[in-house]
Formats: sequence, structure tokens, C-alpha cells
Amino acid sequence: MRTAVSLKALPAIIVLAVLAYLPYVPIEVPGLLPGRVNGPGSLQLLATCLVIAGIALSYDVIFGRTGLLSFGHALFVAAGSYLLTISLSNWALPLPVAILVSLGVTTLLALVVGGIALRVGGIAFAMVTLAFAQAASIIVMRNAGGLTGGEEGKSLNRDAVPQLLVGVANAPYRYWLALGFVVVAFVVVTLLVRSRAGHAMAAVRENEARAAVLGFDTYRVKLLAIIVGAVLGGLGGIVHALVLGGSNPHVTTTEFTLALLIMVVLGGAGSMWGALLGGFLYHYADARLVELSGAGFLDALPDVVQQVLSEPLFILGLFFIIIVYFAPAGLTGLGGRLIRRGRAT
Amino acid sequence: MTDFVLILVTGLGLGALYFLAASGLSIIYGLMGVLNFAHGAFMMAGSYAGFLTMGALPASLSVAARLAMAVLVALVVGAVIGFVVEVVLIRPLYRHHIQQVLVTVGLSLASVAAAQGIWGADPRTVEKPEWMASTTMLLGARLPNDRFLFIVVALAVFLGLQALLHYTRLGLIIRAGVENRTMVEALGINVHRTFTIVFALGGSAAALAGLLYSQYAGTVSPAQGGSLLIYAFIVVVIGGMGSLVGTAVAAVAVGLVQQLANFYAASGVGDLSVVLLLALVLLLRPTSMKGAHA
Repeated sequence: MRTAVSLKALPAIIVLAVLAYLPYVPIEVPGLLPGRVNGPGSLQLLATCLVIAGIALSYDVIFGRTGLLSFGHALFVAAGSYLLTISLSNWALPLPVAILVSLGVTTLLALVVGGIALRVGGIAFAMVTLAFAQAASIIVMRNAGGLTGGEEGKSLNRDAVPQLLVGVANAPYRYWLALGFVVVAFVVVTLLVRSRAGHAMAAVRENEARAAVLGFDTYRVKLLAIIVGAVLGGLGGIVHALVLGGSNPHVTTTEFTLALLIMVVLGGAGSMWGALLGGFLYHYADARLVELSGAGFLDALPDVVQQVLSEPLFILGLFFIIIVYFAPAGLTGLGGRLIRRGRAT
Repeated sequence: MTDFVLILVTGLGLGALYFLAASGLSIIYGLMGVLNFAHGAFMMAGSYAGFLTMGALPASLSVAARLAMAVLVALVVGAVIGFVVEVVLIRPLYRHHIQQVLVTVGLSLASVAAAQGIWGADPRTVEKPEWMASTTMLLGARLPNDRFLFIVVALAVFLGLQALLHYTRLGLIIRAGVENRTMVEALGINVHRTFTIVFALGGSAAALAGLLYSQYAGTVSPAQGGSLLIYAFIVVVIGGMGSLVGTAVAAVAVGLVQQLANFYAASGVGDLSVVLLLALVLLLRPTSMKGAHA
């Protein structure tokens, strides 16, 4: 039994080891990464990809595991991010206290918003969560009380965080921090999925009425999913702010939640690797497609086509539509299907 | 008092735009259960179709005549896009509501990105007829004329849709479909064709809303549709999904609340109070979400 468990964990451990070793790899990968693998540019890009992957995993707890179509996840990520930068700069709290405050308030927010939104179900739930997130976005954008910095964003108070996380030379440490967040999210979600609560969430996703008849308090199960997702998302927001050196108003917007939805579906909803892969690839494509399209192989096309193709979101949006039609289980589902087909023949 | 009249008329004008944006959304949702995120893209298509038409027509024509042509073109473009989207993208996913939402999300992302690539992300100034840019004195307040135009157009669309719903066979099928779609299908009526027509209608209304909103804002930009869409969603939810009268009432309420709060409290409070209004409605009447008579 014990060997079976460790065998199952083997791929995760290998991937983790490879990723953790990347800051020691001085090779150039032309086209794929800006400069050397362990250069600050590449590591910063990879770190952001990892944070987004972890946040996508936190959204998957709500969407993929429990079947709740929430359009308000950006609210929790933004809460983590902005509460951290504000409590460091404006309230002069030490970092550990600031992190605790951010997570505590995010949990409270999840309790209130989730509690209200869960009074309705289905599409209506989606709309209510959207409205709450939109309200938060408006508050942030209007720079309420001069706290959030409006559309400029809010930069991190660099004196309040350990020097290891600041500056170009310390990019590897920020990268490891991001990797650590992904590991924490991975472990928490794995434990949750295997627990009794996780099974209840799966039951609610598959057939809520049946789960209710079986004696589950579905309201509490759904609220728990939202809270766990929100706390992990808030943690992701905190790490996001630390890695990027500030809070970006983009994480408050509806587009960000929609992007999370796309990541999870792209990778495969309700699967650990799916959400992680989807989040990683989505952010990577968003950041790198612009440069790829400038690489020269599009020069033969008319200008207008070139301009459209150089919009990463155009390609991602089309790709997403294709995935929804032809690979509803996402990229990981597609991969699994191909592997099984290969074994069968 | 003069301020109040101005805010009132502006709020009504904005409410009219919200109604135009939300009416198609509401009927589509009520009949088909499709939450159409691509509605913002329809609005964007309408505003750009109008913008390009006005630019393409000879400058010797008056701005008002060109605007009228632009409205016609936008209506047709909206209908065609709605038709194509329904047939190509929505129909294969019939009864898969989540997937339908996902596809429209993908479509709205891709089309806004495409518009950014073609026309650039920056807002572009639109031409405004002289009459719409000037003001009328009423009750001691200087009122911009375009607000009246929005109200008249929205009223016309509202009455037209009501007549369509209540005096035609198509309207009868739509109303019956909103009430109980399975029963309508069981009676041997081709609901799919109705879906396509409703989507094309919704596309037209959205394109009109987009075009008028670009006149209200004075500019066109790819992101415009998305910002209008959020308020359209809120209006649809408050009004009770699928109810046209509810949508009209909610649109007026949202427009007025937003403008009044923005003026008398502080700029930005209006947007928040709209969200609060939504939360309040949901807490007091969660059943309004289930949809009502069209």
C-alpha cells in the first residue's frame, strides 16, 4: 500500500525536483524563454506562470471540483494581494502579521460573499459573484481612500519584506517562493479531494439534489469549497504581489476571472495537473505569443492579419473554443485519452 | 432643481441604453438558458460597423443622414453576427449550458482582441450630429438632446418587442418557450428556428445599443462593449431573467440610481450602489432569478 502511494507521488516529485533545479541551469532556450533559463527575465516569467498556475488550481476547487460557476474569484486573489501591500505600506505591519491579516480578511470575505451568493444557484450564482467582484474592482480602480493606487496599482513596500525577495539578482528566491506556493496549493487540494468533504463536493458537482437527499448539507459543502478556494486564491494573491513587487489592478477585473476559467477548462477541469498546466500555459502564451509573432515567419501575411495574430488573447480565445468543442476534458484529458488509445493498440 | 432635472434625464438616457443592451440578453436567457458573454462583442461590432459606415459615406452628406445609415448597417451586422454565432457555435452545444457560456466567453475574448489588432486599442472619436450635441432648455435645465433620442429609441424598441411578443405567432412561441420549452417542443414546434431568430434579434438590439453608446461616450473602443455588458447583466438579473417588462423597469432603476448616487454622494458611489441594489434584490426576492413571463 505504502509503495503504491509513493509510486503515485513519483511524477509530482520528479516535476518538482526539475522545477526546483531550474535556477541552476545556465542554458539558453532560443524562442522559448528570454535569455538563459536561470537569467532573471526567464525566472521572473516562470515564477509568474507558477503563481498563476497555483491560482488556477484554487479556482478549480470551486469550479472543477464542486461545479460552481463563479465569476468572482478575482475578488479573493485581489483581496490577498491588495491587503498585503496596503497593510505593509499604510499600516506598517510586519510581514507575518500582514500575511495573517490578508488571509483572515479574505476568509471573512469568502464567508460573506459565498454566504449571500449561494442563496441562488446556477447561472444566477455566477452573476452575483460577478457583481461582487465588479464592486471590488470599482473600489480598487477609484483609489478609495487613496489606499489602492487606482489604475497605477500599488507597489510593495520593499523595506518591509526580506531582502532575499527584492531586486533583480534575487529572482531565484522569488521563483522558489512561487514554486513553494504551488506545492502548498497542490498538497492542500490533494488532501481536500481525498477527504470526506472532498467526496461531498464531488457528489454536489455530479448531482446536487441526490447529494442533498443522501443527507449532505449541500449549502455548507459549497461554502466550504468557496472558502478553501478563496484562501488558496488569497495566498496566491499574496505571492503574486511579492513576486511582481506590487498589486496590479488587473487581478481585480472580470477578465482575470474569465482567464482563470479559461485556464482551468483548457487544462482540464477537476484535475490537479489540468488546472496547473492550464494556468502555466495560459500565462506563458499570454506573455510570449507577442514576441513569437514578431519572429518573422508571419511577414508574408497582410498587415491586418499580422496585427490580429499578434494579439495573444485572439489566439487563446480561438484555441479555447476549439478545446471546448473537441476536447471537453481539456489538454490533460486529451493526453490521457491518447495514452490509453496507444496502450489499447 | 435644475441639477436634479439634468440628472434625471441623464439617468433615464443611460437607463435607455442599458435596456437596449439588456433586452436581447434577457430574451435569449429566458428562452434558451444561454448566458451570452458574446453580447459585449455584438455591441462592439455594432459600434464599429456604425463608425466605419460613417467614415465610408461621402462627407457631403449631413452627419445625421450618415448616422441614420450607420444605424441601419449596425442593425443588419448585429443580426447577421447573431445568426452566425447561434448556428455555428451555440447550436452544437444545445443543452450544455456551461459549455455555451464558455464558448461565448472565448468568442468575446477573441473578438475584442481581434478588434484591438485591427483598429487599435485606443478610443477613436465619433462624429455627432449637431442637433445631438446641442442642448434644450427644459424646466430651467440645459438638457443634452442625445438623451432624449436614446429614450425615444429605447421606448420604440420596447414597444416593438412587446408587440412582437404579444401579437405575433413568433412572439407566442417565444413566450411559451420561456415558460416551458419542453412542452413547446413536444407540441411539434420547431424551437431551434426560434432560437436563431431570437439570437439575430438580440444581436440587432445589442448592435444598436453599442452604436448609441458610442454616440453617448463620443468615442469607439474595443473595450466599450465589455463595460456596458456588466451593467446589462446586472439589469437582467434585477429585472428577473427572461422578463422584458422587468428588464425595462430594472434598466431605468439602475440608470437613475447610478446617476443620482454619482452626483449627490461621490463619483464612483453610483457604480457601487448598483451592485448593492443587486445584492438587496437577491436577498429579498431570490425567486426573481428564476425568470418570469416574457
